[in-house]
Amino acid sequence: MSAIPGVVAINTFREAVRDRVMYNLILFALMMMGAAILVGEISIGISRLVIINLGLSAISIFGLVMAIFIGVGLVYKEMEKRTLYSLLAKPVRRWEFLVGKFGGLLLTLTVNTLLMMLGLAAALFYVSREFLRADATILVAVYFTLLELALVTALALFFSCFSSPMLSTMFTLGIYVAGFFSSDIRGIGMVTHNPAMQATARAISYLLPNFRNFNVISAAAHGDAIPFTLIWQNTVYAALYVALVLMAASAVFSGRNLK
Amino acid sequence: MGFWRQRMRRSLDNLSLEVEDGEVFGFLGPNGAGKTTTLKLLMSLIFPTAGTARVRGKPIDDVRMHREIGYLPEQPYFYDYLTGRELLDYYARLFGFGSAERRERVTRFLKRVGLADAADVQLRKFSKGMLQRVGIAQAIVHDPQVIFLDEPMSGLDPVGRREVRDIIHDLKREGRTVFFSTHILSDAEMLCDRVGVLVGGKLQGVGAPGELVSMEVYAMEILFELREGCALPSSLDKRAKQVGGRYRAELPEDELYQALEELRSCEARILSVTPLRPTLEDYFFKLVGRDESATRSKEVASR
Repeated sequence: MSAIPGVVAINTFREAVRDRVMYNLILFALMMMGAAILVGEISIGISRLVIINLGLSAISIFGLVMAIFIGVGLVYKEMEKRTLYSLLAKPVRRWEFLVGKFGGLLLTLTVNTLLMMLGLAAALFYVSREFLRADATILVAVYFTLLELALVTALALFFSCFSSPMLSTMFTLGIYVAGFFSSDIRGIGMVTHNPAMQATARAISYLLPNFRNFNVISAAAHGDAIPFTLIWQNTVYAALYVALVLMAASAVFSGRNLK
Repeated sequence: MGFWRQRMRRSLDNLSLEVEDGEVFGFLGPNGAGKTTTLKLLMSLIFPTAGTARVRGKPIDDVRMHREIGYLPEQPYFYDYLTGRELLDYYARLFGFGSAERRERVTRFLKRVGLADAADVQLRKFSKGMLQRVGIAQAIVHDPQVIFLDEPMSGLDPVGRREVRDIIHDLKREGRTVFFSTHILSDAEMLCDRVGVLVGGKLQGVGAPGELVSMEVYAMEILFELREGCALPSSLDKRAKQVGGRYRAELPEDELYQALEELRSCEARILSVTPLRPTLEDYFFKLVGRDESATRSKEVASR
């Protein structure tokens, strides 16, 4: 196993930290503090529900914004600034570079997400002075958010291998939104009674990442248990999908002439 | 430029070149001749539409070849959030060196390029010359056998240029092969065993610098100061131009001694006498002719 992706990943993580990417945590912390104080005032019964819902949604959105906006620049920036020239002259294969960049951003997102989760836990403890057994579901929800972020990062990276950051952002956002409706797209095909349309709709729905399965925020807020099957299914699904997208990105990027 | 495909333009045409082990080879040519393109092809940053290349017997698309080479890109730019030390450490990691060896190498090579004092300064605060130096350090940090340098002297002050020349001399002394591109003839004259001249994507000639470019002196330049109240000697009357408090004159070699005599007789202070040789640009214009060159590049572009 090549050690190079790891070396590239650590440098990518270092870049994110030095570019003060983690400053978003301050905003998150302020938001959670504000929310904790406010819900304490207005709703004694449902304060936990509000805090968990708000916290998990914010973790997901903050992560998503970072994954897309940093993800689309990962390769582009290195090409534009030509830092890639000296790197690829070293014994580094292009796929190793891509996997390294992906790993680096995922590491950044993971650290960022875990820190936000600690913030959420602190806010939760502030409003209810206790942790419940059902709060373990929050961990699963955060884990699913991370899987979702891995998928989004891989897609952003893929698009950035052949298009500008603006287009890549639009493509990634488009796929993200469409991915939420992938089962609906299949449903639309079924109502047409046209076999060709049905087949196309089915193909599109299978091709799109199914993001809806990763969203368990509401279950976590209500303390509902998440079936173990869903956990491993989502894990395998995300791993396979990410692997395929990264392979496609490598195939595109390996043949690309660097201007 | 298209969305999917970039427009095709022929940058190199039938380039066939062999560089010997242990030699310093200068790749000369005016801007836009295809020097950088050649180097990028060799680094597999871009891909040829046809043809092959090998470095130390290994095809250029073999990643193992990259263990044996070093490369300094043109106008290098590196991760500006890193310090010089961190940058070299990062690159050294890619070669799998252990931490103690990395530390030793990074310190040694920063010192070698004169950046020991700036080792812990972030690259965003580096001057162009310092970036060029750290670029050379990253190209040799793994002791490669073959080093490719794209315009290594560009952006350097005279002291920096000399230091780079010294580094190239040292690399040659150590038995390494250095292939560097430049459009400045004097660099090539001082350093190269052989040069190749590229014009409009075509190799126009390969050989020792003296053989290839006419080293004939076409004129002599005299720089002098006149004593107050003295008039210009008649032989220099029309040729000398005043720059600041000094005069500069260009004249044929066979008229030099007479002019010097006249200057001495009016007690002028002679600051320098310099033989003028053709520049690379002059050489190119002589070689292909300005108009012909333009026509050729048009032909190349439209093919």
